[in-house]
Amino acid sequence: MSLRAWSRLHTWSSLACTLFLLLLCLTGLPLIFHEEIGRLTGAEIEATALPPGTPPADLDRVVAAARAARPGEVVQYLIWEDDPAILRLSLAPAADSPPDALTTVLVDARSAAVLGQPRDREGFLYWMLRLHTDLFAGIPGKLFLGAIGLLFVLATVSGAVLYGPFARHGRFGAVRAGRTARLRWLDLHNILGVVTLSWVLVVGATGVVNALAEQVLAVWRADQLAAMTAPWRGQPPVEAPGPVQAAVEAARQAAPGMEIFFVAWPQTPFSSPHHYAVFLRGGTPLTHRVLMPALVDAAEGGLTDLRPMPWYAQALLLSQPLHFGDYGGLPLKLAWAVLDLVTILVLGSGVWLWWRRRRGTAA
Amino acid sequence: MSRGWPIPAALAALSAAGLVAGLIGDGPWDLVASLSLLLPLGAAWWAGRRRG
Repeated sequence: MSLRAWSRLHTWSSLACTLFLLLLCLTGLPLIFHEEIGRLTGAEIEATALPPGTPPADLDRVVAAARAARPGEVVQYLIWEDDPAILRLSLAPAADSPPDALTTVLVDARSAAVLGQPRDREGFLYWMLRLHTDLFAGIPGKLFLGAIGLLFVLATVSGAVLYGPFARHGRFGAVRAGRTARLRWLDLHNILGVVTLSWVLVVGATGVVNALAEQVLAVWRADQLAAMTAPWRGQPPVEAPGPVQAAVEAARQAAPGMEIFFVAWPQTPFSSPHHYAVFLRGGTPLTHRVLMPALVDAAEGGLTDLRPMPWYAQALLLSQPLHFGDYGGLPLKLAWAVLDLVTILVLGSGVWLWWRRRRGTAA
Repeated sequence: MSRGWPIPAALAALSAAGLVAGLIGDGPWDLVASLSLLLPLGAAWWAGRRRG
C-alpha cells in the first residue's frame, strides 16, 4: 500500500470516528474515578463497623433481608463486593425479568442488615456510563460504538505507519516551534500520537471486545452452558429454588482455593432454568479476572458441573480491566486520565490539521 | 523499520509490557504499569526540551 493510500485511510478513518471518540474520551474520564466520585459525593454506601473476626451471616438470611426490603421481588444475582463486608443483591419483579428491571440492595455480609438501596440508574455517573457504553440506545448503540472503536484502531495503525516517514525528518520529541502553527501542531499530533500508541491500541481494542459482551454471553449460553445443562433440557423451571448457602458451599467444596464472585439464580441469562450458577474466581491478580461457573441443582442441591469458561469469554473478562484501568489503584487511574486527556489533544489537533490543510488547498 | 521508529517502538513495547505486568502482578507491579504508561510521554517531553 502506498503512503498516499495510508494517509487517506488515516484521514478518513479518523474523521469518521473523531466526534464519537471525543465523546468516549470525555465520558470515560469521570468513569475512571467512579469509586472516588462516589465516595466524595456520599453515593457510596459503606458497611457499619463490627468487631474484627465477626463471622459471615448465612446467605439465606441475607437473601431474606433483601427480599424484605423489596417486597414482591425475587433475587436474580448475589454479588460479592470488593469490600468483603458488603453483598450486592440484584432483584426484579420476576425470575426472568430483563436486566432493565433490576434494582439493587446492599446487605451487610456479617449481620444481614440492609445497608441501603443505591440508585444505580440515575445521576451524573449513570449518564456518563450510558453515553460511554451504548448512547442510551441499548445493544444497537453498543455495536455502533464497537464499530467506532474498530475505526479508531484502524486510524491508530495507519497513523503509526505514517509516523515512520515523518520521523525520518526530525529527531524524537522535536517540535518545529519557530515555523508555522500548522507545522508545530503536526509535530505535536505525531509525537503525542506515537507516545500514546500502546495505550490507545489496548484501550481501543478492548473497547471493541467489551462492546460485544452481549454477543459473547449469547454464544456462551448456546455453547458451554447448553452442554452443561443438556440433561435438564425440556424440564419445567425451578420456581422455588433451595437454599443458596448450600449451593455456595457445594461450589466451594468443588473448587477449594477459589473465591465466590457471584451467584446467578435459575432463569437468569447467566444460568439455566434449573440451576444456581455459582461463579468462582482465582486468588491471584490474573486469575481474579478469570471465572469458572459451577452449576448446582436448584431443586435437589448438589453440584452438577464445573468448567473453566471458554477462551472467548476469558478474552472478554481479561479485556475489561485493560479497558477500565481499574487494576492498579489510584496511580494507574491517574495514568489512564493523563493518557485520556492526551488522546483528546491528538483527536482535536487531527481535526484542526485536516481543516487547515483543506482550507489551504481550497485557497 | 524506518529510521525514526526505534525509540518510539521501544517505548511502546515497554508500555505494553508494563500494562501486562500490572495485570499479572500485584503491589509494586501496579506502580510499574502506571510509570511505564507515562514513560513515552515523559521521554518525548524530555527529548523535546533537550532539543529546544
